[in-house]
Amino acid sequence: MLKIKDLHASVDDKEILRGINLEVKAGEVHAIMGPNGSGKSTLASVIAGNERFEVTQGSIELSGEDLEEVSPEERAHKGVFLSFQYPVEIPGVSVTNFMKTAINESRKAKGLEDMPAKDMLKLIREKSELLEIDRKFLSRSLNEGFSGGEKKRNEIFQMAMLEPKVAILDETDSGLDIDALRIVASGVNKLKSKDNAVILITHYQRLLEYIVPDFVHVLHNGKIVKSGGKELALELEEKGYDWLKQETAV
Amino acid sequence: MDLKDKLISSFMAFENNVDVEHPVHDVRMAAIKNFEEKGFPSKKEEAWKYTSLNSLQKIDFSIFPREENTLEYKDVKKYFLHEIDSYKIVFVDGIYSSYLSETTHDGVDICLMSAALTKPMYKPVIDVYFNKVASKDESLTTLNTAFSREGAYIYIPKNKMPKKPIEIIHFATGNEASILLQPRSLVVVEENAEVQIIERHQSLTSNDTLTNAVTEIFAAKSAIVDFYKIQNDAATASLIDNTYVDQKDKSVVNVHTFSFGGKLTRNNLNFYQNGEYIDSTMNGVTILGEKQHVDHYTLVHHMQPNCESHQDYKGIYGDSSIGVFNGKIIVDKIAQKTNAFQKNNNILISDKASINSKPQLEIFADDVKCSHGCTIGQLDEDALFYLQSRGIPKKEARALLMYAFANNVLESVRIPELKTRINKLIAKKLGVNLGFDL
Repeated sequence: MLKIKDLHASVDDKEILRGINLEVKAGEVHAIMGPNGSGKSTLASVIAGNERFEVTQGSIELSGEDLEEVSPEERAHKGVFLSFQYPVEIPGVSVTNFMKTAINESRKAKGLEDMPAKDMLKLIREKSELLEIDRKFLSRSLNEGFSGGEKKRNEIFQMAMLEPKVAILDETDSGLDIDALRIVASGVNKLKSKDNAVILITHYQRLLEYIVPDFVHVLHNGKIVKSGGKELALELEEKGYDWLKQETAV
Repeated sequence: MDLKDKLISSFMAFENNVDVEHPVHDVRMAAIKNFEEKGFPSKKEEAWKYTSLNSLQKIDFSIFPREENTLEYKDVKKYFLHEIDSYKIVFVDGIYSSYLSETTHDGVDICLMSAALTKPMYKPVIDVYFNKVASKDESLTTLNTAFSREGAYIYIPKNKMPKKPIEIIHFATGNEASILLQPRSLVVVEENAEVQIIERHQSLTSNDTLTNAVTEIFAAKSAIVDFYKIQNDAATASLIDNTYVDQKDKSVVNVHTFSFGGKLTRNNLNFYQNGEYIDSTMNGVTILGEKQHVDHYTLVHHMQPNCESHQDYKGIYGDSSIGVFNGKIIVDKIAQKTNAFQKNNNILISDKASINSKPQLEIFADDVKCSHGCTIGQLDEDALFYLQSRGIPKKEARALLMYAFANNVLESVRIPELKTRINKLIAKKLGVNLGFDL
């Protein structure tokens, strides 16, 4: 579904990704782990099409289509979703109105009419229940004054609404207490299917107890230095990243 | 003949049409003398450094309309806040339109300055308030005072509140090649009384119009005044708005200025705090394009202790538009425990647009909290990416961010229908349909 080949990306002439190869098939969950500054968030941003980063080499394909010239909004229309580590506050625009705009823009791009208000309300109700989100929360301004946990839960709510093919969750577990983590993880698990894929970006193994990955990759210095099954995450938790750094240095 | 000479020579003709025996005429004569000495302000004056009136002075404005013009309500309905019931004081080319207006004397006076300046029953109020807070020195204010004859007159007695908001609309029809309008309004809100006013200047023509307006607002003890100025005029309409506010103990006055249109707009907004525990708020949203020019010149004079003032002006400037914000705060030595806050945040969305922002603080008391902040920036790229990543196209995403930027100023609009209307004006001004009513 998502095929990344020899991806190099820079910001301000500083190379951050130095040749990433990754294939994610439908129905799979991949975890990308690695120390701070290894390029995890950059990889997430580049897949979602952030123009701040320049792709200098390699390619990203979604269902066989090269995404090089595709804008972030078009990528979203094609089924790429990024749950942000730091979601942006938009005063004056409610969560509901924001989602209406997002969904109807996607439909417009596909040549569809706006979703009827009745269906929209039903969808919102259904998905907010999935994430145990209070109705009152939906009329608040997007992310404004939200706690860290509320922001993350709201990101997953947006994912539920948009039903992406490939969802990238960038540090979705950070800032979550254990109850919120459980709710978010259970939401993601319910959204998982044989037709979509999830990429989890995380520092810690904690999230992976709830969303069990099929593959774990370790990113270091802009490269995937090790891949394995879910047991690799446990190993990393135990030993930290230092042994990896040494191993790759050799 | 230049505009100044034309105005001075017109004063004699004006005198033929007003009661020169009335004490108000002494005020007019002193005012024309001041204007004759000072003339129009020039860019050499610090207060007019960024705004030139030269090109306006070259236009051959009619000083008085030649005939009375009428408008059909259906043609101008959209300029009224017709979603709600309101009192209306409407002028067409400077002349009161009884047909479009809805005035009242039911417990409150919502009527005309021309009546207040001539009828004996209003004389006690005129004697106490007329030209008492307006400058006797600033040339454009005195120009207005000299020709003061018509405008809105609002008197709210103690403990009263009109049943509905008041709309003051000044239309220009363009029946004259170019017209100068000088409305003069007086708003007196007595102790514990309250009023909501929406004011608009609207040209219906591509002919030049220049409005030099003066409004005096008096808020007595514990009075509450909400004043909304909607400036979304035609591209050939210029406005110099001189508003003077006098506040007594515990009064609350909020002035919102929404500047979305017009050729040249200068807002001289002056607050004088003549009491304790006063709250003064000045909020503004400015969204400009083309070659529009808006100059916000605010003054808050803290003259007594324990008062607050809040200023929050947001500006979005596109094309070759020019914005000016000059915010002056004076805190007298006696005015201890003053809280004075001023914010001016701007976004430039075009390389050719510019903004001049200047805070001016003169603080003579030592136990005060004063803050001022000014920012000039572009839209946040990370925020833009966030919205795009949700499938919202760049153009709409930009509009949404601009809307969000201006939004907190709208929070304090206390008439919901007006808030909706302004939201729509903003969406229209930003050129997008966001798929929902903002």
